[in-house]
Amino acid sequence: MSENRTTDNGRRQFLGGALALGGITVAPGVFLMNVAGAKPAHEAVTSDVRWGLLVDTTKCADGCDACVRACQAENGWGGPDSNEVRSSDDQKAQWIRKVHLRNKQTGSTHSLPLMCQHCEHPPCEDVCPTGASFRRADGIVLVDKHICIGCRYCMMACPYKARSFIHEDLHGQKVNAPRGKGTVESCTLCVHRVDNDREPACVEACAAEGRRALIFGDMKDPGSEISQRLKRLGVRQLRADLGLNPGVHYEGV
Amino acid sequence: MARFPALIRRAAALAAVLALLPAPVLADAPRPEIPRGKGDKCVEPTEVMRRDHMKFILRHRDETMHRGIRTKKYSLAECINCHVPKAEDPARQVHVSSPKHFCSSCHTYAAVTVDCFECHSDVPQETGVAKEDLVVPVHGSAPALDLEQEAARMAQAGGGAE
Repeated sequence: MSENRTTDNGRRQFLGGALALGGITVAPGVFLMNVAGAKPAHEAVTSDVRWGLLVDTTKCADGCDACVRACQAENGWGGPDSNEVRSSDDQKAQWIRKVHLRNKQTGSTHSLPLMCQHCEHPPCEDVCPTGASFRRADGIVLVDKHICIGCRYCMMACPYKARSFIHEDLHGQKVNAPRGKGTVESCTLCVHRVDNDREPACVEACAAEGRRALIFGDMKDPGSEISQRLKRLGVRQLRADLGLNPGVHYEGV
Repeated sequence: MARFPALIRRAAALAAVLALLPAPVLADAPRPEIPRGKGDKCVEPTEVMRRDHMKFILRHRDETMHRGIRTKKYSLAECINCHVPKAEDPARQVHVSSPKHFCSSCHTYAAVTVDCFECHSDVPQETGVAKEDLVVPVHGSAPALDLEQEAARMAQAGGGAE
């Protein structure tokens, strides 16, 4: 036994050394540890960041759908040119939608965009029988449509009704948002933009409208605007009681 | 020992059949007309790409989808950008449904269905990717890049890195 233990220790030390070495460089001049700034294209995403979104409903205007239109243009769903001609309205793609809330007692109203909430514990991932629904290390929840069999369990599991299913043959998809018949889809947090240090299309469009009701950023960076804003009173997650810890937060509802 | 003559006999019969075939069947079998890409050469030698392009593409697909690795080499979007010419007039754009499309030129010939383009774009589009591709090998099992050769190539191309 004691001999075994010695061997194990030796192996651990060796592995530890190998890891330490690996942590320093992968190639001359290329460091695995990224000190600050952009993620190089060849590096995998890590859990050192968690992307989040804050929706300030006090700035979100009733009747404004700039975020929805920007998402449609960016990811090629919906709109007048949609290939989904035979699907009924509740079957059509819906990555993001405007929701109107009205308090029956006081009559106060809120308007807010609702999309995939990018949960830390996504129920869509739990129920997926093939592993197509998954959560990236940086917190973005996606559907790997190469693996999706179109069973739609995830659509039923999602408490936010964030996912939709494509019923029809599509043409002319966007290069950054491949979509096809027989698979489920939802907001990707514009992952192709995020990986290139850009903000999601909805956030950009909201700022362009001069509202800035959408704030995007890294919730694990204490200095980021979103981290500062999340500390404020009146910021909450939708259905926080479910314990899913969504990455999307709402202020003023 | 007893089987050997039988083999020879079979081979002789086969040779006889081949000899009877009209010569053009063997010599002038139709070949697919494959459109040339934009650049000087592909990311791997042509013989390797002919046989193994899907291995590179599938591996890159999973790396991008699940780990957010967005290098340009082996990216399907970049295959299309280089191999499919963009038409000025959208009505004249060659799509994968046409045998003139780079992918279908060969896949039609080989009778192998391509289903990439049921979801992916089969024509060049702006990807909006500003970052330069880094030439660091990240795949364990993919053929390792010859870094010296790559560095020489980059130097030749005019420095590249600052």
